[in-house]
Amino acid sequence: MSLIGARVLRKEDPNLITGQGQYVDDLAPAACAFMAVVRSTEPHARIVAVDTSGARAMEGVLAVWTAADIATLPARPSSLPGMDMPLITGDVARFVGDVIAVVVAADRYTAADAAEAVIVDYESLPAVASLAQALAPDAPMIHPVLQGNTVFFQDYTQDLSAEFAAAPHTASLSLVNNRCAPVPIEPNVVLADWGPAGLTVWAAFQAPHHLRNTIAAFFGISQDTTRVIAPDVGGGFGAKINFASEIFLAAALSRALGRPVKYTQTRSECMVAMFHGRAQEHKVDVAFDDSGRILALQVQVTQDQGAYPDATGMGLPVLTTAMSAGCYKIPKVAVSWRNVVTNTTPVAAYRGAGRPEASYMIERVIDLVADETGVDPIDVRKTNFIPADGFPYQTHSPLAVYDSGNFAGALDELLRHVDYAALKAEQAARLADPTAKLLGVGFSSWLEIAGFGPPGSLEAFGHLASWESAQVRVQPDGSAIIYTGASPHGQGTVTTFAQIAADQLGIDFDRISVRHGDTAVIPQGIGTMGSRAVAVGGEGVKTASTRVFERAKKIAAHLLEATEDDIVVENEEFHVRGTPSKSVPWSQVAWKSFQPLELPAGMEPGSLDATVFQQVPNFSFPSGAYCCVVEIDRETGRVEIRNMYLVDDCGTVINPMLVEGQVHGGVAQGIAQALYEHMQYDESGVPRTATLIDYLVPAASDLPGYVSGRTVTLNPSNTLGAKGVGESGSVGAPPAVINAVVDALSHLGVKHIDMPATPQKIWSILRGSK
Amino acid sequence: MGMIPARFDYKQAGSVAEALQLLASCDDAKLLAGGHSLVPLMKLRLVSPSTLIDISGIAELQEITDTGPVLRIGALTRHRVVERSKVVAQHVPLLAHVAALVGDPQVRNRGTIGGSLVHGDPAADLPSVALATGATMVVTGAGGERRVAAGDFFVDFLETAVGPDEILTAIEFPKRTGAGFGYEKFVRRSMDYAIVGVAVQAGDQPGIALVNMGSAPRRADAASRALASGAGVDAVAALAADGTNPPEDLNANADYRRHLASVLTKRALLAAGYR
Ligand SMILES: Cc1cc2nc3c(=O)[nH]c(=O)nc-3n(C[C@H](O)[C@H](O)[C@H](O)COP(=O)(O)OP(=O)(O)OC[C@H]3O[C@@H](n4cnc5c(N)ncnc54)[C@H](O)[C@@H]3O)c2cc1C
Repeated sequence: MSLIGARVLRKEDPNLITGQGQYVDDLAPAACAFMAVVRSTEPHARIVAVDTSGARAMEGVLAVWTAADIATLPARPSSLPGMDMPLITGDVARFVGDVIAVVVAADRYTAADAAEAVIVDYESLPAVASLAQALAPDAPMIHPVLQGNTVFFQDYTQDLSAEFAAAPHTASLSLVNNRCAPVPIEPNVVLADWGPAGLTVWAAFQAPHHLRNTIAAFFGISQDTTRVIAPDVGGGFGAKINFASEIFLAAALSRALGRPVKYTQTRSECMVAMFHGRAQEHKVDVAFDDSGRILALQVQVTQDQGAYPDATGMGLPVLTTAMSAGCYKIPKVAVSWRNVVTNTTPVAAYRGAGRPEASYMIERVIDLVADETGVDPIDVRKTNFIPADGFPYQTHSPLAVYDSGNFAGALDELLRHVDYAALKAEQAARLADPTAKLLGVGFSSWLEIAGFGPPGSLEAFGHLASWESAQVRVQPDGSAIIYTGASPHGQGTVTTFAQIAADQLGIDFDRISVRHGDTAVIPQGIGTMGSRAVAVGGEGVKTASTRVFERAKKIAAHLLEATEDDIVVENEEFHVRGTPSKSVPWSQVAWKSFQPLELPAGMEPGSLDATVFQQVPNFSFPSGAYCCVVEIDRETGRVEIRNMYLVDDCGTVINPMLVEGQVHGGVAQGIAQALYEHMQYDESGVPRTATLIDYLVPAASDLPGYVSGRTVTLNPSNTLGAKGVGESGSVGAPPAVINAVVDALSHLGVKHIDMPATPQKIWSILRGSK
Repeated sequence: MGMIPARFDYKQAGSVAEALQLLASCDDAKLLAGGHSLVPLMKLRLVSPSTLIDISGIAELQEITDTGPVLRIGALTRHRVVERSKVVAQHVPLLAHVAALVGDPQVRNRGTIGGSLVHGDPAADLPSVALATGATMVVTGAGGERRVAAGDFFVDFLETAVGPDEILTAIEFPKRTGAGFGYEKFVRRSMDYAIVGVAVQAGDQPGIALVNMGSAPRRADAASRALASGAGVDAVAALAADGTNPPEDLNANADYRRHLASVLTKRALLAAGYR
């Protein structure tokens, strides 16, 4: 019986839910010292002096470093030339959170006191806290190498003025994709131990080999003596593929002090130091006809990069503009983007990274076209969908060749769950009753690019390559260990990869372990991001398992004196097809695979061991259709989500329970972006939402129950057929929620409302309408 | 930044007398009850007392006593105990109802009614109950007990009538057995502090009090008077924000808060049985 598609309980859970998980902060080697960071409280300021004397004089303080102490070290990796992010900034602080000094002490408490005792003398500089401020004429500048604050500008890829002039209708929309903080439960944590035998770094990180390679290059040391271990990691959402400065500082301090150095970010630090996500503004123009058919689309994306552009951050608008046409066949698409620096926390990957922004934009545009033409939003979607037989589909972007999907099929499946006509009738009835709450129904037919990926896709972000590694090693007793480079941070990879391997090997799921996260143990690896673990890494496990199984069959055939083609495996027994009595157990085959005298001619001992660097020819394209039903309190403006219907197409489902978990979590983050979360700065660049009192991460009790459905179109780029599902929810949910809110208010002439749709914003609209 | 408080001494008091003695003998000491307002401030280093005097073990301050006309609640009674108490539900049902709306279960298992009142946070829920019901605070100092009416207790932002060398020992709630009540707490996220809250106590001495509508917890005086004189719910609700100077923050500007105060007052009045 196949385990693919089985609702198997997670192998990870007994450890994690009984408190036996091992996170970096749980590790406490002997003589471990603790690092604390002094951060800028100014958005933009010249640093006149840093007085460390008080801190140095404290008992238990081992080191206090400022920029001068690391002058020989390079800037933070992944920075852009001339706009480098210093590990410790010496001359100018460029955002609240910029590192000004680090302190190491024998214990965590002394370190915190010593950091508090460092006195920084600032001379404030004018700051730019928003895109509007950064792009204003004569705006204060952050990096002298730039002319102004624009790092990169791509003009419209084509001129569509003729198409727009000739179109029956046109409309425009300005959108803000609100800045979000990733807020994993575990913030950035690092433990560095630089001894005579080399450097070991334990880090809460999504791509340990990538970090190992980068650390070795950074310090000019050899990779063989540099080891990175990502033990249990408490969430990352993309933020833990960024090279946090603290990782390099802890290593440098460990080298200098000759003892392990640990750093655990506090939540307050995490809110300003861990890179943010989203932070885009869009200007969109659309041309369409009476039937709602879209003729041309023009999108300009302005990406806030924060104070220091990061290589990943620079890629965000590339992904947004590549996916700007969503599920739709739009004859002409022109895109333009601009990356801009501001005196704020740097912006990089956050669950969805560039794609939620695209789906939000195009799904708002669809509803705008519906509103302008009077055609129902469902019909506008159906009119414009790429048909199910329209794949492969070359988009306006060379990056995106959609290879599979059934967008109309997913929407139809959704409408089996949603009684749309009844909801519309209820909406009308409520409108007529001034005491009733308003009702709104919103849809999103979303599509994303995932499964990173094909050669070149991750190299562009500084990775070694885009394959993923898998090693399958059968042990002498017939159990198996899988080694994967796709180091997880909560996804359940240990479970899904064991399911995949069990199917190919015919070894019991309970006798398969999956190891990850340690560069001294795993051959090589890339990491978990861009919804790639199953689509690339899982496929690698399948390929390697198949190779091992073919060899095991050879040995079994030899032992059974049969031909290899006749060998099958059942209940961990190899036997000749049709003759179950003639059999040899897996454990025997495994045992003998290490004994030269037992092997068929030409086979080497230890050959039930295969390593694969799995390549895939294309990205994957998960898609789906969501519907959100909201109620709005007419007196207070408060939005309540009544129902959320979710139809996902992630191709083959390895484990439905884990897919639901990913979708529910992603949708929760999408709802959070639409209704709650917004990282805000005041005009001078001081964060206004730097605690979890002000930055509203919703709790489970704020979220609705979900009704889920599914359609399946297979991923043609791997044999599993799986597309990836880690980011889907965060891509699909925000437009569904906002479309519902706008629908509830459309009788007032509302055409758009920016995220998050807060009660006060809605109350202002409702009040204005009276 | 955050998480680790500055160094402090820690002492435990076994009785009120011992606590008073410790308070008098330490400079810059703070009483520690449930710690759910004080400790977060210390972690952010917004306050850094030299000494914490832990009073949470004083058994005599954790009792709920029915004295006939009033229910006397020891200052160290946890929110969770108040929420689940049968006598409280029977005689001061508004208090039991609101105690259950404070934070989340973890917070309610630690936080105390006295800590909540003495902290004097305008956004806290329980002060509004004390104001709406007309409770009396029992404050103990070196010179013995004194009684302060709830209306005189909340002085300003995080400031109450309790002096630096005094302890709030009990709160006396007049019984409101069988009378209607209502509480409306407006939040964006469940388990948060109120953006605006309104408490209504019905009965022969009705009262309306507001949460987060000024620098201190306060009664809605004009609305309370109108209610006592028999005005209808719309008229009373229209007066809810009278004389307030509401704070402004990311969730609500002053206008919105005033508006919410009157919407919530009407809802609380309806819940309390007014028409
Ligand atoms: C996550 C979270 C959510 C919360 N949500 C809410 C909410 O929704 N609504 C709400 O109302 N509150 C909320 N609170 C606050 C909670 O109710 C606290 O328990 C309460 O405000 C303070 O009570 P405490 O016993 O913890 O006091 P402590 O924190 O121990 O003390 C608070 C202050 O009062 C002083 N003090 C305490 N007891 C006495 C006494 N007997 N005599 C004199 N001085 C004393 C202390 O010295 C200190 O200055 C929340 C707290 C947290 C952490």
